Amino acid sequence: MEIAILLLALLVIAGSLLGIVTAGRPADEDELEAGPGDHHEVRHPPPAADPGAGDLDVDRAGLNEPSSGLGTAPRPGEAPPVEEVADATGPEPDDATVAEIEEALAQAVEAEQAEAVKPRFRDRLAKARSLLAGYVSSVLSRTAIDQATWDDLEEALIRADVGVTTTTAVLDALRAEVAAQGITEPEALMAQLKGDLKARLTIGGRELRFEPGAPNVWLFVGVNGVGKTTTIGKLGKQARADGHTVVMAAGDTFRAAAAEQLGVWAERVGAELVQGAEGGDPSSVIFDAVQRAASRQADLVLADTAGRLHTKVNLMEQLRKVRRVAEKPPGRVTEVLLVLDATTGQNGLAQAQQFTDAVEVTGVVLTKLDGSARGGIVLAIQSELGIPVKLVGLGETVDDLVPFDPDEFVEALFA
Amino acid sequence: MRSDSLVPRMFDSLTDRFEGIFGRLRGRGRLGEPEIDEVLREIRLALLEADVNFTVVKGLLARIKARCVEADLSKSLTPAQQVIKIVHAEIIATLGGQSLKITFAPKPPTVVLLAGLQGSGKTTACAKLARWFKQQGRNPIMVGADLQRPAAVEQLRVLGSQVTVPVFSEPTDPVEVARAGVAEARDKGRDVCLVDTAGRLAIDAEMMEQVRQISDAVQPHYTFLVIDAMTGQDAVATAEAFHATLEIDGVILSKLDGDARGGAALSVKEVIGRPIAFASVGERVADFEQFHPDRMADRILGMGDVLTLIETVEREYDKGVAAKAEQALLEGQFTLDDFLEQMQQIRKMGPLQSIIGMMPGIPKELKNADIGEKEIGRIEAVIRSMTPEERARPDLVNGSRRARIANGSGTSISDVNLLLKQFKDVAKMMKRFGGAAKGPKGKRRRMPALADLGGLDLK
Repeated sequence: MEIAILLLALLVIAGSLLGIVTAGRPADEDELEAGPGDHHEVRHPPPAADPGAGDLDVDRAGLNEPSSGLGTAPRPGEAPPVEEVADATGPEPDDATVAEIEEALAQAVEAEQAEAVKPRFRDRLAKARSLLAGYVSSVLSRTAIDQATWDDLEEALIRADVGVTTTTAVLDALRAEVAAQGITEPEALMAQLKGDLKARLTIGGRELRFEPGAPNVWLFVGVNGVGKTTTIGKLGKQARADGHTVVMAAGDTFRAAAAEQLGVWAERVGAELVQGAEGGDPSSVIFDAVQRAASRQADLVLADTAGRLHTKVNLMEQLRKVRRVAEKPPGRVTEVLLVLDATTGQNGLAQAQQFTDAVEVTGVVLTKLDGSARGGIVLAIQSELGIPVKLVGLGETVDDLVPFDPDEFVEALFA
Repeated sequence: MRSDSLVPRMFDSLTDRFEGIFGRLRGRGRLGEPEIDEVLREIRLALLEADVNFTVVKGLLARIKARCVEADLSKSLTPAQQVIKIVHAEIIATLGGQSLKITFAPKPPTVVLLAGLQGSGKTTACAKLARWFKQQGRNPIMVGADLQRPAAVEQLRVLGSQVTVPVFSEPTDPVEVARAGVAEARDKGRDVCLVDTAGRLAIDAEMMEQVRQISDAVQPHYTFLVIDAMTGQDAVATAEAFHATLEIDGVILSKLDGDARGGAALSVKEVIGRPIAFASVGERVADFEQFHPDRMADRILGMGDVLTLIETVEREYDKGVAAKAEQALLEGQFTLDDFLEQMQQIRKMGPLQSIIGMMPGIPKELKNADIGEKEIGRIEAVIRSMTPEERARPDLVNGSRRARIANGSGTSISDVNLLLKQFKDVAKMMKRFGGAAKGPKGKRRRMPALADLGGLDLK
């Protein structure tokens, strides 16, 4: 009885707190649209005196850290970050260990840069083959299409993380086609299924969008630990090779040593690094990076962001702001890439949905596809949300980040 | 918000769907195997959407079916509840079993090795685990043997300073660092030595050999596999491979603070037979706890986490304050002072978001909204700037009083207005509940919202 009452009271109070907090939110927009200079304001949110709604929001973003890190990073405003624009150098070493770490970093990046022949899905995935291949051979070994055939196909797709909903949709469509076209041979069935899946994945452009002229901003977003920083490093190298002048924006001001990690990459690929203070406001880092790119006539800004769970409203709000600021002239956001770990299960769909709601994701980068996971969730993401996969990560080296190829992907799904 | 096709609805309302099935059947009066199969199909869907591994689902369903047949559902008045109970119990039995009890090496240090895929959260888990050992009265040291990822050691050092645990590393090679780290622990009298390793793919033979060498070099007493709660079907392959190489003692489930159902936990436990020892449930170092199979079962079934909530409330809520709140509720006299007092109790329990997250049937917007300490601080400041009379009778607060309160609390008049309006609504709701609670009807009837708490019997 007592507990029941307490729970109720708790619920009511929680709801009211939420009401108070969210009611303060709409005003936020005004502050954010105020103009290019407004990002400086966020460095000095008054701790008590007349905190406007906009400041409140920034504070909240600062308070709420992604789960990969720990909660004691300085908040914006506590230690006014001294903006620092460095030419591919990390912060001053303040510790004897930094030198050794940097050496280790350099070695690590060197290893990742090792030249390699352009990999193909199947070469890479050959290592991981087996699990799903059994279903296909089982389907093909039968003389006819029966219930066991459908069960095998369902199991294969679900095991590849395609998800029950999308799997059911795919197989229902396939059943209709089988009936309509009078397909009776298992081979023809497999061909039809692969064709369907490829068609599903071919919707939408997969080229990375680039508009000559003003600095293009490619924004990288995603949950913690998916490989955003590494992806930027690799893509930066490729962009340099394609003749772009690249600025890397260390927008992950939260995770310890994230800027250093990107800095090592910047140095290696010959990109300029723009970073802020640890725990500072990511929007201002992106803003400065765009300014820097414009003044240096760099045409591409690769913007890193801190990993964040898509369920953290404030951090998603922070990300919206990053995008808005990046969009301010002369900047132009031409890609918002959701980096997704291939091992992700059905939660990947929720991630894609939430990040799209917040920052209009234009494409997916599917990383770590060289493991035994198939990344089938991208089928659901493409089907349900229409977001195409643009790049896939097939290994540690720079050249292992390759354009997505639906044919190879589908073949690999059943390999 | 999100369109219906995207949200696997079977999950949010598994009970409803069962009830639907049984409702249809009731007319026919007989519950046979076909009906049970229909229910099992729903359970299968729910488990697969939760990322429980396909093979594991098969085994689980067979056991659930056997128990359903045994229970003779046709005789039950509430077959839906009965099935839920069986599913729940079976998931707990699968997740639970033997739990990991950490004993310390007679000759220190007790060596703990952490391994896992890239990005699974090893480094963070290492720091959280170090903090946990400290709380057990131990003197841990962390060893950074991840020389692969740029700045991983640097990250560990920053985390180390946050939890005030020393970090050892040197730019040699991972096996050497690990060996030297254990020697360092011995020299410095550190009795627990946590070794963080680089992330690696289970199919990368070379890297798996390396971690095996590290393990051989340090002879860990405990080897933990760190698994991302969002992992899909592949969790099983990963766990099997790591277990074959390292003999895993337990699993640490990371990033459990998102909205993933976490079926991977179930799969891994079933496949390698080792317990989930810890769960990482938030961004703060303190958001790390020993794993509770029963709560995970609720989560996998989408039923909230009422037990943790009740436990937290019981542990943290001051009994006197609770009694007062109850009194205020029953009398319909809920003042700003009560409001403030309750708020402080809630603050003691941790981030509001995590508390709300444990409640079943809470709208998503509420669940996902973060209410930072700062906002609560501001609300508190406003209330504290009021006189006792104002707190007891908020109607007193007129224009000039509002200006004074805003000034005194360092907020704006609109902040004060907002708080007063919200409080009015709260007080109104409290009155309704209070009035209802005094009524003559049964408990279930008068608290409809609570009757849904995962079928929990609140007495």
